[in-house]
Amino acid sequence: MSEGSTLLSWVIWLPIVAGLLVLATGSDRNAQFARIIALIGALAGFIISIPLYTGFDRLTSDMQFVEYKSWIPAFNIHYNLGVDGISVLFILLTSFTTLLVVIAGWKVIEKNVAQYMAAFLIMSGLMIGVFAALDAILFYVFWEAMLIPMFIAIGVWGGPNRVYAAVKFFLYTLIGSLLMLVALIYLFNKSGGSFSILDYHALPLGLEAQVLIFLAFFTAFAVKVPMWPVHTWLPDAHVEAPTGGSVVLAAIMLKVGAYGFLRFSLPIAPDASHALSGFMITLSLIAVVYIGLVALVQSDMKKLIAYSSISHMGFVTLGLFIFNQLGMEGALVQMVSHGFVAGAMFLCVGVLYDRMHTRNIADYGGVANKMPMFAAFFMLFAMANSGLPGTSGFVGEFMVILGAIKANFWYGFLAATTLITGAAYTLWMYKRVVFGAVANPRVERLSDIGSREFLVLALLAAAVLGMGLYPLPVTEVMHASVNNLLTHVAQSKL
Amino acid sequence: MTEMQKLYLLVPLAPLAGALVAGLFGWLIGRALSHWVTIIGVLISFAASLLIFQDALAGHVFNGSVYTWLTAGETRFEIGFLIDRLSALMMVVVTFVSLMVHIYTIGYMRDDPGYQRFFSYISLFTFSMLMLVMSNNFLQLFFGWEAVGLVSYLLIGFWFTRPTAIYANLKAFLVNRVGDFGFLLGIGMVLAYFGTLDYAAVFSMAPELAGMKIALLEGQDWQLMSVICILLFVGAMGKSAQFPLHVWLPDSMEGPTPISALIHAATMVTAGIFMVARMSPLFELSETALSFVIVIGAITALFMALVAIVQTDIKRVIAYSTLSQLGYMTVALGASAYSAAIFHLMTHAFFKAVLFLGAGSVIIAMHHQQDMRHMGGLRKYMPITYLTMLIGALANAGLPPFSGFFSKDSIIEAVGLSAIPGAGFAYLAILAGVFVGGFYSFRLVFYTFHGEERFRHAAPAGHDHDDHGHHGPVVPHESPWVVTVPLLLLAIPSVAAGWLVGPMLFGGYFSDAIFIAHDHHALAHMAEEFHGIWAMMLHSVATLPFWLAASGAGTAWFLYIRRPELPALIKAKFSLISTILENKYGFDAFNDFFFAGGARLLGRSLWRGGDVWLIDGLFVNGTARLVGWSSALIRHVQSGYIYHYAFAMIIGVFLMISLFVK
Repeated sequence: MSEGSTLLSWVIWLPIVAGLLVLATGSDRNAQFARIIALIGALAGFIISIPLYTGFDRLTSDMQFVEYKSWIPAFNIHYNLGVDGISVLFILLTSFTTLLVVIAGWKVIEKNVAQYMAAFLIMSGLMIGVFAALDAILFYVFWEAMLIPMFIAIGVWGGPNRVYAAVKFFLYTLIGSLLMLVALIYLFNKSGGSFSILDYHALPLGLEAQVLIFLAFFTAFAVKVPMWPVHTWLPDAHVEAPTGGSVVLAAIMLKVGAYGFLRFSLPIAPDASHALSGFMITLSLIAVVYIGLVALVQSDMKKLIAYSSISHMGFVTLGLFIFNQLGMEGALVQMVSHGFVAGAMFLCVGVLYDRMHTRNIADYGGVANKMPMFAAFFMLFAMANSGLPGTSGFVGEFMVILGAIKANFWYGFLAATTLITGAAYTLWMYKRVVFGAVANPRVERLSDIGSREFLVLALLAAAVLGMGLYPLPVTEVMHASVNNLLTHVAQSKL
Repeated sequence: MTEMQKLYLLVPLAPLAGALVAGLFGWLIGRALSHWVTIIGVLISFAASLLIFQDALAGHVFNGSVYTWLTAGETRFEIGFLIDRLSALMMVVVTFVSLMVHIYTIGYMRDDPGYQRFFSYISLFTFSMLMLVMSNNFLQLFFGWEAVGLVSYLLIGFWFTRPTAIYANLKAFLVNRVGDFGFLLGIGMVLAYFGTLDYAAVFSMAPELAGMKIALLEGQDWQLMSVICILLFVGAMGKSAQFPLHVWLPDSMEGPTPISALIHAATMVTAGIFMVARMSPLFELSETALSFVIVIGAITALFMALVAIVQTDIKRVIAYSTLSQLGYMTVALGASAYSAAIFHLMTHAFFKAVLFLGAGSVIIAMHHQQDMRHMGGLRKYMPITYLTMLIGALANAGLPPFSGFFSKDSIIEAVGLSAIPGAGFAYLAILAGVFVGGFYSFRLVFYTFHGEERFRHAAPAGHDHDDHGHHGPVVPHESPWVVTVPLLLLAIPSVAAGWLVGPMLFGGYFSDAIFIAHDHHALAHMAEEFHGIWAMMLHSVATLPFWLAASGAGTAWFLYIRRPELPALIKAKFSLISTILENKYGFDAFNDFFFAGGARLLGRSLWRGGDVWLIDGLFVNGTARLVGWSSALIRHVQSGYIYHYAFAMIIGVFLMISLFVK
């Protein structure tokens, strides 16, 4: 069904073109026009990505919607796109999140509206490109290019310390990416002149080469996830980023790191992955336990959620490296769910920040008295963040914990501590911000969410509950691909 | 789908629909419609449960899936129902008490601004609890388990402006999460070794794995079944508030009284008891786990009852009494008398709901005063409340012919016959607990309803709940019919439910649902001795528990009616003991200091020491500073002046010459 399809190109380029159009035509004098064009672009981008899911053949693990054209013949580089059951979910998540970000930024962004909207639309296309690229150089181009709009988003619309955060973010991720480029060039030579990622999967490699490649990719992907101890850029980036930036960062950008492990590290270096799995599991569990405790003592709401993000991403890397189906599918589910939940948590903080211009927990108290509707949404997302069954936050954690217990009881034991710490830091923050008597006159003047905010939060609430009560549609799509990946990783390349 | 299957679905979905309507559209449809829609939902659910109960009595068992929640590899996670006599009985108890509480709430929450929200929550609770008891697999059990925890959290913190309420609800949630931590690990172990989470499949496989040993720690072999059962039981300790995870339940009294009756006495807290009974095919395979269960239960039964003696808040007395009664049920589980535990669960649900709702009725009459020291002599103002609470107290004390007698006496006898290690200690503990139970039950009744009318010279209610606008001395009066009718309806089974002891315990009622190993024959032995309820009552007069309970009640009479000046003297005399009891053995202070404080300290040191100092300070910014520092040095060389460069060149030339030209 996917022969000759150009759907993926449309899904990638439509938001980018829409973004360029907004950039070219919009200015702050006709900000409303820019908003409307951006909304149309984001909506169209989301709608045309839906057929990727509905038209997806669940029975095969082959790449679908493949496009293959020559790009730079001199180096055998191709414009090669395709999706499997793993990447298709993230493309949908990206286009959905972009739509939310555009709506959420509708009134909040007042300066450089067109540029703001354009940055997020272009970023959306580039991130989808990362998930769809099957050519290593194409992947690398998208990978690096998506940093630029995010760098700008933080640097222009960010908070007071935005330059420090933006530079830290950029340098951290760039240094990792350079080693990845080295690895890709090595693979190019080793494979006799191919940049096809799928060719690399089948490439026989010695253990030493695999370990080096694994470590090179590790620096690139671990920074993005982010894994402990290369995570410290994330809290700073989140704190300074505008709400939309935080949402995209949490929902999508962290996912490309984990996606990289799935697409590159595991299949290209399976023996090294097994050899280093203890190391990866250790780092993941440190992320879950250590970062969970660090999140507990944060006084800045965004920092708290940023740390909670790192802790939740620890489940993703844990799930990937325990090498069973429950763990790996759990990791993928957790990635999608974290997109919804962390996105929603940052939006909720954004709603408060727009009104009070502070993220400090101590400046709040008794918000529920003034914003009951908001309090209800925030409660739902806080519970999802604590992994309550019935919300999407439960599904991935549950699967990974069960998978981890299968692998080793103590992995599961340490991972399951999130049941306590996750609930502690999330609900303690909720208690201090939302419950209680009205704490000060500024809280007294708060007004409940408007229809635009309601729409965004309601869409996310539907996603969180839908996925929590009936996650089957999400996992069904990935079975064949995950199966294939697991059998591939189980076979030694030596 | 058959007619019965539709009925099964109707049971949880009717309250869910009510909860959604009242919760989402309560602002639109108003107060009266909100309570009607939820009450009708629960009424439908109750009626359907009765029909299902009847069907289950006829011996029908249903085990089927509703939908597939998730698949991963070979593992399927389903949402499904197992309807047998155990779940059918639980459904009837849950929906009946819930219905009574719904009606009662009309009166109790009459003036509360969060009226619709409250109805929505209690209907949502009913839905969650029903999903828990109707489940046919561990996944859905865990779903319901956590969902009731959520609603409990929401309801304890219902008055979210009160600092004590939002402290209590966070505490309740977190302590429950400690239990759930063990529970989830237990479920994970079940999945890892059985490959499925379906009850029927797990239970049928269990005997094969009975002898299996696993080495969780190097060189230490543990019996798989013991590990699984103890982990699962940790979950029960959280939810059913067993020592040392009991600390959340007394504080949960910050919630409105109807939910204290529904959630924190009759239903939710018994989920752990139900779960262990459901898992009898697993627990029966591990003597170690059963010993653990019986010891934990015994500690809870006795030591929590002792705390009840010194409480002055009417709700907290009942809360500690609940803890103690839950301990009795747990002890019964440990003695393999699962059906006795479930039987006590049922009678307790009725009489404890009566006690709580009666306390609520008193609290309304006293304008939200909960301190018994400001009550006394209420019986002539509130005759119906007095009568029903007296019934509740008699049942709680375990005096015949009230329901609690039959269930408690059966438990005591079963424990006496049990040969499990720890049963001897448990037997002594629960016997002592009978005396204490008789004492605190009647202390409550006498202190509140008899004696001097202390409310006449009491300060007005200390709570900030001044909706009523009354100040000064209050003259109490009986509560409206929406309050008293549920009390009367619950008082009936509080008297009579125990009379079913014959068929339920000794008539093989639970034979399909509960498995008992061959050598755990306490109940079977009792069945041979059982000759009807009259014989049982007559026989009891010649046994120790009856006299212990009666003397407990008598002591209460002596201390609180005959010689009301004595308690203060005793307290002064035994100040050390009373201080220990009033501080609840110091658990709260310890937990606050050690766990809550310790976690924060650890988090702060990891953050400051690890993230800020080491990673960011030394590595990230340190690297950046190193680069900046070295380039600042090198920068001096590139000054831009030609003569600097020329000078440097000349020095270079001289150096080269001196090095190479020799």
